[in-house]
Amino acid sequence: MTSPAADAPAPRGDGPWPHVLLAWPTVALTVLFLVPLAIIAALGFFRRIQAGFFEVAFVTENYARALDAFHLERLGVSVALALAATLVTLLLAVPFTFLLTRRPRARQVPYLVLVLASLSLSEVIVSFAWSLLLSRTSGVSNLLVAVGLMDRAASWSPGLAAVLFAYVFIALPLAVLSLYPTFSRLDQELPEAAGTMGATPLVGFVTVVLPLVRRAVAATGALVFIFVLGAYVIPQTLGRPAQWTLPVHITDQAIMKNHLPLAASLAIVLLVVSSLVAVAIVALGAGRRPRLALPGRAR
Amino acid sequence: MGPSGCGKTTLLRVIAGLETPTTGHLLLGDRDLTRVPVHQRDVGMVFQSYALFPHLTVAENVAYGLRIRGVKRRERHARAQRLLELVQLPDVADRRIAELSGGMRQRVAMARALALDPALFLLDEPLSALDAKLREGMQVELRRLQRRVGITTIIVTHDQEEAMAMADLVVVMGENRVQQVGPPLEIYRRPVNRFVAHFVGRNNFLPARVVAPDAVEVAGVRAGVARDLPVPPVGSDVTVAARPEALRLRAQAPGGPALRGTVSMVRDLGRAVETRVRVADEELVVSGRGGFAEGDEVWVELPEAGLVALAA
Repeated sequence: MTSPAADAPAPRGDGPWPHVLLAWPTVALTVLFLVPLAIIAALGFFRRIQAGFFEVAFVTENYARALDAFHLERLGVSVALALAATLVTLLLAVPFTFLLTRRPRARQVPYLVLVLASLSLSEVIVSFAWSLLLSRTSGVSNLLVAVGLMDRAASWSPGLAAVLFAYVFIALPLAVLSLYPTFSRLDQELPEAAGTMGATPLVGFVTVVLPLVRRAVAATGALVFIFVLGAYVIPQTLGRPAQWTLPVHITDQAIMKNHLPLAASLAIVLLVVSSLVAVAIVALGAGRRPRLALPGRAR
Repeated sequence: MGPSGCGKTTLLRVIAGLETPTTGHLLLGDRDLTRVPVHQRDVGMVFQSYALFPHLTVAENVAYGLRIRGVKRRERHARAQRLLELVQLPDVADRRIAELSGGMRQRVAMARALALDPALFLLDEPLSALDAKLREGMQVELRRLQRRVGITTIIVTHDQEEAMAMADLVVVMGENRVQQVGPPLEIYRRPVNRFVAHFVGRNNFLPARVVAPDAVEVAGVRAGVARDLPVPPVGSDVTVAARPEALRLRAQAPGGPALRGTVSMVRDLGRAVETRVRVADEELVVSGRGGFAEGDEVWVELPEAGLVALAA
C-alpha cells in the first residue's frame, strides 16, 4: 500500500521564469534607487570647480558645510514643519477615515473618488493654486468680504499658515488612502461593544479603536512625514524665507548656484535625518507588542 | 426567532441603542429609551462575533465597562475574576483573546456583558459560531447562567431548537413583523398562522373546509380541530396543520376520523420511525413507533387536539 504522499504528483518544475520575475524588482531597486543614491553620496565628496562643474576628489568640506549652523537650523525648521504638518494631517485623516469606513460601501465611493482625484494634483499646481487663492487681490478673502464676513481683503500668503495648509492639503489624500485598508478591516462591532459598556463614542474610539490601528497610524505618519519633508515648491512658493526648508536650499544650490557637491551632501543629510525620524515615528506607534499565543498553557 | 433577514438582529440593535428606529417608541419598564444613546442604556450585549477587544487581556475585557465607570483597578479585577468563575473560566484572566477557543471567547463575552449588572442582557445568535456538540452544552449552561444572574435576557436566534430549549417566551418574527408571541410549547402546538406553522418544527398541511365551529372536512372526512384556538368562519377554505407526532397510523379503520393511504417510505431515525403515507394527492409524514412497510395500506388517524385550522 502506498501512502497518499507517495501518490501525489511530484512538484512540477516551473523553470527559471519565477526567478526571473522575482529578480526584476531587485534589479530595478538596485539600478534605479541604490546606484543613483551611491552616486549622490559620492558626489558629496567631490570638489567643486569654477563654472559650475566638479571634479572627482575626496574632500569633506561639502559635508562640513551641510552640517554648519545655518544648514542645521534649516534642517530643524524642515523637520519641525514636517512634523507639524504630519500631526495636523493625522488629526484630520484618522477620524475622517474611521467615519468613512463605517458608512455603507456604496456611499464611500464618492468620497474615495474625491480623495483620489485630489491626489492627482501635483505639488506645483497645488502651490500656485493656493498662492492665488490666498492672495489679497484675487483670493478667497474677497469672497468673504463679498458675503460680509470680513471688512477688507487680506493676504494670507506667503507665511507659515499657508505652507502648513498646503502641506496638509497634499498629504491628506495620501494619509486617507494609507489608513483606509486597516480601518476597513476593523470589526465595526468593537466600538459598538464599547458603547454598550458605557463608553461614549470618543472614549470608545480612544480606548478601543486607536490601540488597534496605532501601527497603521504610525506608518501613515512616517509616510506623510517623508512626503512632506521632500516637498520644495510649497515652502518656496507659499513660505517666507523663514519657512524655506532644506529642500528649497538643495534646489537653490543644485540649480541656481550650480554647486552640485554641496546639494548632494545636503540631500544625504536630509535623507539620513528623515529616515531616522520616520523610524522613530514607527517605533513610537509599535508600542506594546502583543504577546505570542501559547495554546494550552494556562497562566 | 425567525429566518435570516427577518429583522431580528435589527430589532436587537434598536433595543441596544445601536440603531435608531424610524418610527415607534422603545420602553423599558416606564422609561422611554427611544432617544437614549447606547452608552446610557444599561444593557449588556453579546455580539455574534463576540467583539472582544484583541488588544486587551481576558480580565481587561471583562473589566472594560468598570474601567469606563472609574472603578478602582483592584476592585474591577476582583469583579472580573468573580465573573470569570461564574462562566466557569477561572484560569484565563491573563490570557490574550487570540489564545482562547471559540467556546471560551463566548463565555468571556457573556462575562463582559454581565459585568455592569445590566437591566437587560442581549445576545445576538450567541451559539451560531460553535460546533453542534458544544452548542447543546452551552444552551443548558446559558439557561443556568441566566437563572443565576436573574437578568431579563433577549436572545436572537434562527435556530428553533435553541429557542425552544432556552426561552420562557418566544417571539416569532418573519416578513419584517412579529408573527406570534408565546411560550415555546404554545408556539409549537398552537401556531396562529401558516408562517409560524411552517417555520416552527415540521408540519403536515392539508387543504380543508370549515363545516362547523369546531370541525373541518379533510378529503371528504369530517374531523374535529383544536378548540382552544379561533377557527375561521363556517364555510371558509382553510389549511389544517398537523404535527407528524400528532398523527397515528392504524392497520384497521379506527373509530374516529381517519384518512386512508399507502405507505410510500419508512425511515428509522433512532428516536422515532418516520413513515410517509400517500393520501390522495398529498404525502403525510407520521412520526411514531413504525411497524409498517412500504406499500402497506394504512389509516392515518386525525386526533382532534392535534389539528389546527389556519386561514388558507
